[in-house]
Amino acid sequence: MEVRTEQNIYKQKKSRNIRIRKAKNIIFYSIILGATGFGILVLGLLLYQILKTGLAWLSIDFIMNMPSRFPQKAGIKSALAGSIWVISLTALFSFPLGVGTALYLEEYSQKGTWLNKLLQLNISNLAGVPSIVYGMLGLAVFVKMLQFERSILSGALTLTLLILPVIIVASQEAIRSVPETLKQGSFALGVTKWQTITGVVLPYALPGILTGSILAISRAMGEAAPLIMVGAAGYVAFLPSSPLDSFTVLPIQIFNWTSRPQEEFKNIAAAGIIVLMALLLFANGAAVMLRNKYQNRMD
Amino acid sequence: MREHFLKELEILKMMFLQMGEKVQEVICKAVESLKEQNLEKARWAIQLDDEVDKLEREIENKCMSLIALQQPIAKDLRRIGAILKGITDMERIGDYGVNIAKITLSIGNEKLIKPLIDIPKMATIIETMLQNSIESFMKEDIHMAKKTAEIDEAVDHLYKDIYEELHNILSQNPMGANQATSLLLVARYLERIADHTVNICERTIFMVTGDRVEIN
Amino acid sequence: MEIKIKVENLTFYYGNFKALDNISIDIEDRKITALIGPSGCGKSTFIRTLNRMNDLIAGTKVEGTILLDGKDIMKNEIDAVELRKRVGLVFQKPNPFPKSIYENVVYGPKRHGIKNKAQLDEIVEKSLQGAALWDEVKDKLHGSALALSGGQQQRLCIARCLAMQPEVLLMDEPTSALDPIATMKIEELFETLKKNYAIVIVTHSMQQAGRISDNTGFFLNGELVEFGQTDILFTKPRDKRTEDYITGRFG
Repeated sequence: MEVRTEQNIYKQKKSRNIRIRKAKNIIFYSIILGATGFGILVLGLLLYQILKTGLAWLSIDFIMNMPSRFPQKAGIKSALAGSIWVISLTALFSFPLGVGTALYLEEYSQKGTWLNKLLQLNISNLAGVPSIVYGMLGLAVFVKMLQFERSILSGALTLTLLILPVIIVASQEAIRSVPETLKQGSFALGVTKWQTITGVVLPYALPGILTGSILAISRAMGEAAPLIMVGAAGYVAFLPSSPLDSFTVLPIQIFNWTSRPQEEFKNIAAAGIIVLMALLLFANGAAVMLRNKYQNRMD
Repeated sequence: MREHFLKELEILKMMFLQMGEKVQEVICKAVESLKEQNLEKARWAIQLDDEVDKLEREIENKCMSLIALQQPIAKDLRRIGAILKGITDMERIGDYGVNIAKITLSIGNEKLIKPLIDIPKMATIIETMLQNSIESFMKEDIHMAKKTAEIDEAVDHLYKDIYEELHNILSQNPMGANQATSLLLVARYLERIADHTVNICERTIFMVTGDRVEIN
Repeated sequence: MEIKIKVENLTFYYGNFKALDNISIDIEDRKITALIGPSGCGKSTFIRTLNRMNDLIAGTKVEGTILLDGKDIMKNEIDAVELRKRVGLVFQKPNPFPKSIYENVVYGPKRHGIKNKAQLDEIVEKSLQGAALWDEVKDKLHGSALALSGGQQQRLCIARCLAMQPEVLLMDEPTSALDPIATMKIEELFETLKKNYAIVIVTHSMQQAGRISDNTGFFLNGELVEFGQTDILFTKPRDKRTEDYITGRFG
């Protein structure tokens, strides 16, 4: 008898209930679709605007020429070279530092101690500090104190500090996702901790670590503010040949051009943006391929 | 699959066979002792039955272990069930052997009231039956089991003949009453042995087919 | 009867919680010892003390002695890394590394310094044969271990252990994640493995303990209630609690 009454309750509610639930479904679907659409629309407009103004100015000469006071002769060679120098060094510094720190925090340090908690809190905090602050830090520490001057090295070290928290947090996440059973399986074979880290933990976590690092390095590639602080020049008419040379990077070059009064420089800036985007796309693409390679090896 | 269990089952069957052979020997010796009036042989038969009893306990323990540890099902379970019941039959058969041997001892060296003809004949048939029933069990041969069980009818006839013969002697010669009663008991024991043998055959058939059959 | 591991008065704490209480047990060589008992009774904790896997957990404390061939493994007479090489552990859920079958087997040997290719190849073949897996995988040694079925993965994990040429194999509910056929294959494998190793197996299934083990120990609330020959423990248990547990009248 009881069973039957229960069924009846549902029968009464059924039709209305389902209609409302279905309507809610559709409403929320529309909202999230709209949110995504908004982003894509703005991005599309921006891209269209830039391609429209910049594409005509894009040429081999533009990439191969040094900057100039005359828009027709101005090129992006030194900024491109500077960007590649700075980013390569940044990647070189930040990756081992970040992964190393993450490994220490996840695998070696005592969880739950106040020191550990303090470190963790600071790292999360640092990820939110405005980049200009890192610029000032770089200026004080690398340029002045360590006397690296206004060099590629100073710039790369500053960017390293900037993205380090992001890499650490992403790597920590990836390392934490390594199943405990795999680590135990390794230990149970009489394998040491370091061998377990290189043999099981890192290979398993690498795709995740790479994803985080790619995002962080991409961000560094687009940064201008901290580099202005450490003194990247707006006008460099030579190619850097060592990490201690002075330099400029694409975002600064672009920023520089947009602040010129002549209309043509605005077009060149657009062309510069296209180059920067292509570079980003290339770097990201390469990294994603690298990541997929490791991921496939895993599966 | 389940190599360990199959091995254990094989061991169990070998123990069952061993017990069967021992029982046959008990019967054989007991009947011989009566025929030859050999008291030594009779004592031997009685002693041999202790071994039969010991084997019965061992087999029973092993069956219980196997059921507890290996959880046999279907035919495997019937095999173990058949062995468990079969050893009870064999133990009874052994006891009848002992009874016959004891009769030999009680008659002692007294002259027999008549030459033994039908009793040894009956014993021979029963020994063959026992032999065949165990063999059919070991080979899981239902055809052989059926054939063996059917012989029981011949044993029953022989028993009836012996009964009538001894009955006549009893009424004509009261002096030999003691011996006649003893011999009548021997015939009765032999007849019972045949019945237990039939039980073993029926159990063989149940073990193989899963169907209960009632022969005779 | 040769004793491989002798445990005396072993008591184990997680923090303040006493997980094992004064356990004494003899593990015989070339025999299968099964440990049964309800969840949380300490049987898994116990076998993990035998190769000091519990060292990896913070806040644990061990008292008592565990002698492997007469040497106390608790007193650093044997190094933990060396110990785990000699006392292998197979886990409840198959946990092959996300690498090829070949790499899974040579993972341990390589890290213990064996570099010779021919030698490694031999180890792979022998170990996989030892785990009754060789015939099934010999043509795809360099394929991913994760593509194998659950039962095959577990046998691979056993092969991974065998590659270290251990003396004792600990199995922590090795078949609880497997289907009946895979379980039967692994149980059969134990029959052959016990010719060369002392095997300790923790199992939820009393039937399994009955089928495969020579000795059985019954754990309850961190206590070893009863330990003895399996056929005796299953037909004539001494302790009422053992009887209640194995006959399903528990609680």
